[in-house]
Amino acid sequence: MTDAPLAAWDRVKLARHPDRPHVLDYIRDLTRDFVELHGDRTFGDDRALIGGIATFNGRTVIVLGHQKGSDTKENIARNFGMARPEGYRKAERLMRHAEKFGFPVLSFIDTPGAEPGIGSEERGQATAIAESLLTMAGLAVPTIALVIGEGGSGGALAIGVADRILMLENSIYAVASPEACAAILWKDASKAAEAAQTMRITANELQAFGLVDEVIPEPAPAHESPRGTIKAAGEVIARHLNDLLAQYPPGDPAAADRLIASRYERFRNIGAWTAV
Amino acid sequence: MPAMREFLGRRGKFRPQPPADSREAPHIPDDLWTKCPSCGDLIYTKELDRTNRVCPKCHHHFRLRARQRIESLTDPDSFVEWDVDVRPQDPLDFVDGSGGYADKLAQTAKRTGENESLVTGEALIEGRPVALAVADFDFLGASMGSVFGEKLVRAIERAAERRIPVLTVSASGGARMHEGLLSLMQMAKTVAALNRLGHAGVPHIALLTDPCYGGVTASYATVADIIIAEPKALIGFAGPRVIEQITKQKLPEGFQTAEFLLDHGMIDAIVPRDVLRETLGRLFVLYSKAVPRSGART
Ligand SMILES: [Zn+2]
Repeated sequence: MTDAPLAAWDRVKLARHPDRPHVLDYIRDLTRDFVELHGDRTFGDDRALIGGIATFNGRTVIVLGHQKGSDTKENIARNFGMARPEGYRKAERLMRHAEKFGFPVLSFIDTPGAEPGIGSEERGQATAIAESLLTMAGLAVPTIALVIGEGGSGGALAIGVADRILMLENSIYAVASPEACAAILWKDASKAAEAAQTMRITANELQAFGLVDEVIPEPAPAHESPRGTIKAAGEVIARHLNDLLAQYPPGDPAAADRLIASRYERFRNIGAWTAV
Repeated sequence: MPAMREFLGRRGKFRPQPPADSREAPHIPDDLWTKCPSCGDLIYTKELDRTNRVCPKCHHHFRLRARQRIESLTDPDSFVEWDVDVRPQDPLDFVDGSGGYADKLAQTAKRTGENESLVTGEALIEGRPVALAVADFDFLGASMGSVFGEKLVRAIERAAERRIPVLTVSASGGARMHEGLLSLMQMAKTVAALNRLGHAGVPHIALLTDPCYGGVTASYATVADIIIAEPKALIGFAGPRVIEQITKQKLPEGFQTAEFLLDHGMIDAIVPRDVLRETLGRLFVLYSKAVPRSGART
């Protein structure tokens, strides 16, 4: 359950590798007919959290994902994958859209966290995330979330309240960045590697805690073998999606109720406590 | 979204963690008098207790411990606590620069007299039954970990079953880092429970108090049917110091205060403490007439 010393920090570096494939790469390789759908219908369009409609495995799906850039210029345009309230409101809008038409939702998580900023606070960053959580918790269609790089805190979870939670082997998922954790609890951001270790943020550890359904191996790190990683991820997603669709056939209201109840139980049972 | 109590000191004047009252207002020797951090006046401490810890001169709202809050809001002797036996664990064997999480929990329990950062139970407010969940900022910055989430969800489920409203009173630095992703997932867990409560047509009223940040603000506290804040409470997603450091911008005057949130449309109302109980009572009467939608999903 515990990786070798410093393994966690090595994973952090891999998860953040600039050449690691991003959500648009997954969409390009795994789907057909993709049409990107923009905007929150209220204020703007967030290029750090993208969404759209596509064919995956012969079926129409709604795709969501944090999009980082591969170079500085794109990273600035994508705000380093840190979504603003508009991103979460767009995601929430597209989830309701998916429910309306009975389309499953596939979400690809890859963000350092939601943007901390003056404008984001003014426009309700916390509320936007909370409302996305609420909608996703009660969504009447199957949902699958795959962490492809960094799963950073509430900004990641906002599109992660899913029926299946999958992680790539070299991705991480954490309550806070190791740097932030180190700055707060060690008073020293340079202790990030230690923090990463004790926080249990690697895919294998999180699977051992029962928080992740399946870890997709990376025989070579995703940035060295992008096509192979994406293909393997696509096969795992397809298997889970077929399984969910078989258990909860679209268009059957009773199945939708069972799906929501099962998602509730999943999250309801998360936690470590004792009753004395 | 870390437990950001470190970041919460206004203008960076953070000091680590003495109890809220002594941090805010250094007691003058024999505790007879308390200095108001806002106007600087010396207040007779007994007078401050009588006003529910609101400065009689400038109306500064001192922070309340969870038990003080419950006493100030509920009808006398009506509070019955729930789930006192639910206690935290150290699932990660978490060790930081100052030692292990298990030790920290034990020391905090000893210092604060609480086992965890959330107190739940049922009580009457102005004669109406209500399920209460009150955060205690003195307990590790009222950070949300597994016990916080579990106790809150149990309270919400009981309220849904008995069709009594939920009142959450929040002050928090965010998710508790010492329990890792288990803490983050409490955001989803609590919101999912509120989703059910909403389908049952039972209201959730959230009271946001100083300070309220991170995973709490970004989950159950802001999906309430009614969001009320105390005057001048600091409320936000990211802590002000983090924002200042990252953006290198000067924060606007009044940034993240309750008044700022009201201006930006994020909360329903700011209610001063002296009329809070009466305001809640009125709301509970109004919502007692709620009619659940037929065919609503539960
Ligand atoms: Zn005063």
